[in-house]
Amino acid sequence: MRKVYLDHSATTPVHPEVLEAMLPYYKEKFGNPSSIHEYGKVAKVALEEAREKVAKLFNCSPYEIYFTSGGTESDNLAIKGVAFANKKKGKHIIISSVEHHAVLESCKFLKKEGYEITYLPVDQYGFVDPFDLKKNIKDDTILVSIMHVNNETGTIQPIEELVRIAKEKGVYFHTDAVQSAGKIPIDVGKLPVDLASISAHKIYGPKGVGAIYIRKGTRIIPLSHGGHHERSRRAGTENIPGIVGLGEAVEMVLKDMDKHNKHLKNLTETFFKKLKETVKDIQLNGHPEKRIPSTLNISFKGVEGESIILSLDMKGVAVASGSACTSGSLEPSHVLSAMRIEPAVAQSSIRFSFGRENVIDDVDYTLSVLPEIIERLRSMSPIYAQSKK
Amino acid sequence: MHSLSKGKPTSARKTVVVAMSGGVDSSLSAYLLKEKGYNVIGITLKLWDYKDVGGDLFKDGRCCSVESMNDARHICGQISSPHYVFDLKEEFKKKVIENFVNEYEKGRTPNPCIVCNTEIKWKILWEKAKKLGADFIATGHYATIEYDNRRKRYLLLKGKDPTRDQSYALWGLSQENLAVTLFPLGELTKKRTRELAYKYNLKTASKKESQEICFIPDDDYPRFIREWEKGQGTGVKEGPIYNLMGERIGTHKGIPFYTIGQRRGLDIAFGKPLYVLKIEPEKNALWVGEDKDLLKKTFYVSNLSWISIQNLEDKLECEIKIRYSHKPKKGEISRLTERNVLVKFESPERAITPGQSAVFYRGDEVLGGGIIDYVED
Repeated sequence: MRKVYLDHSATTPVHPEVLEAMLPYYKEKFGNPSSIHEYGKVAKVALEEAREKVAKLFNCSPYEIYFTSGGTESDNLAIKGVAFANKKKGKHIIISSVEHHAVLESCKFLKKEGYEITYLPVDQYGFVDPFDLKKNIKDDTILVSIMHVNNETGTIQPIEELVRIAKEKGVYFHTDAVQSAGKIPIDVGKLPVDLASISAHKIYGPKGVGAIYIRKGTRIIPLSHGGHHERSRRAGTENIPGIVGLGEAVEMVLKDMDKHNKHLKNLTETFFKKLKETVKDIQLNGHPEKRIPSTLNISFKGVEGESIILSLDMKGVAVASGSACTSGSLEPSHVLSAMRIEPAVAQSSIRFSFGRENVIDDVDYTLSVLPEIIERLRSMSPIYAQSKK
Repeated sequence: MHSLSKGKPTSARKTVVVAMSGGVDSSLSAYLLKEKGYNVIGITLKLWDYKDVGGDLFKDGRCCSVESMNDARHICGQISSPHYVFDLKEEFKKKVIENFVNEYEKGRTPNPCIVCNTEIKWKILWEKAKKLGADFIATGHYATIEYDNRRKRYLLLKGKDPTRDQSYALWGLSQENLAVTLFPLGELTKKRTRELAYKYNLKTASKKESQEICFIPDDDYPRFIREWEKGQGTGVKEGPIYNLMGERIGTHKGIPFYTIGQRRGLDIAFGKPLYVLKIEPEKNALWVGEDKDLLKKTFYVSNLSWISIQNLEDKLECEIKIRYSHKPKKGEISRLTERNVLVKFESPERAITPGQSAVFYRGDEVLGGGIIDYVED
């Protein structure tokens, strides 16, 4: 059976060149970068080279990059680190209602600690209205956190205006850039966020490593204490092979971003066009144009998304509903709910996220099995039958 | 197509969904079906969260814990079958847990596993299984299904291991259910199941038995009911305890905490041990007496479901089982209405309990069953 992986928003395969670059740091170059000797120096050089590579992603100084264990840790550090460091100024934080759980749950935790959280609504595309942000910033607001590209829909949040508003009011701005990194530019010169989170395994790097951009001068305190690693902002011996992999992955995705975006755009556009021709009653969620080229979130009227995912899996095609989760939660996605998509439609949604190794044959194969699955499931669906009467 | 008397067509590439709790029984079931050439899909049901049911978070081996799901997933990895988790928490709460609490509030003693079988596994799980293209549903129950050509009915029979027979919990299965159900362990003893699980190197071979009620991980059902009621904003009220002379001799902690035949928790000093004889929710009262007072013969059963017979026309001699651990005893069932029968044991039985299932057997064959409604004094 052919296998087609269309869940790159969940994770990506490590690129062979990335893996190749990492391997020496598991073997002969195994040193601890804090050590004085030759072994330590070799590791330290690799660490700082990787930092420079990641800095290019943000067009920032390498000293503004801190390595973490991934997107979740970066989000936690940004939210809690800023909250704890600035509590004398205030305890109010503003986020959007379509954030990743790493942000949502960090804020939920802070709420228990006495912080006040404002959740900004979004429109049908998932966009935050700048006016809403403006009117919600108060004297005690210390942080705004709004994601760059949504993980479920692929919609690009126009954060420029939001960042400008926060800056004017002297409020820190964090963005979860896990899904935008490597797909659209994040130049902190033009897009002056104060903090941004990224993850290696979404850009063909290894799992368990990520980074956070922290603008110089940002008041933040560490969440893990120990040695003076990462300039005392993140204690713990650095995951050198992982960090090298992240550096390599960033370099790779930056190098041929346009070429790959064109390729991805071709795949997703072909897929959606042909799908519309063969399957009726489908809807694309999120903004039709302001989106990264790799991701499509599509609702199939009258069918549970879960049944589609499992049926496709048995045909070798890997897709997802909202976010990666094996527990099979049937709660409608908080993102689609916030976009005021009705629960039945939200539950019928599937995320197809393409990656650079996908080819047009993958599109064809998926289209050769998907319409049949939808037809079979719809024939068993009383809701769909009713709506057709 | 189902003309053979035992089992169902084993033709290759028939798809079966196996309900996998992560225990040894369902693990071996999945393995055996795969061996027979079925296209196996393992499904673990997520029925509750620890945060909803309370109890000890750190005990393992409980079904619905992450470890159990991972175990089921591991077994499916071993047999190269897909494994998925269905989250049926909401449905389970509505159909099983709320029924469980309501029954106790009414002074009855429910069998939640039986409700779960008919309302969750053979209803919602099966509906979802069909969407995956399943032809059959299988579980690790110790029971057997046969097709009787003469009567043109599927029969539910006791499992071959008399100490393990689980046919009692399956009386609610309809003919449609039985037609699509496989019980791969029906012919095995529990001992043999473990032996085979070891032989086939199944990770779950040595796993200990699951507890009586899956959503009460600490087996402390009064604790569960107390916390549940608190969460619902209702409450449990104390009330009077009477003896058979109608004298008030004590105070109970709330009727959900008692079941017929129970001795613990009465806190009454009396020459002989006292037992709960009757629970009267209308008066919020308990009636207690001696052990011999628990012996009764006649009771009414409702919510009937018939298996080997289409209906009860008049009356029938059979054996009746009144709780999971009860050995079926001889008696007579007679028709009252379409949905009610009167049951008379030949000799009195101890602690016939409203809310529990009564299952009617003829030898190994399940005639049908229902729920005990009312016991005659």
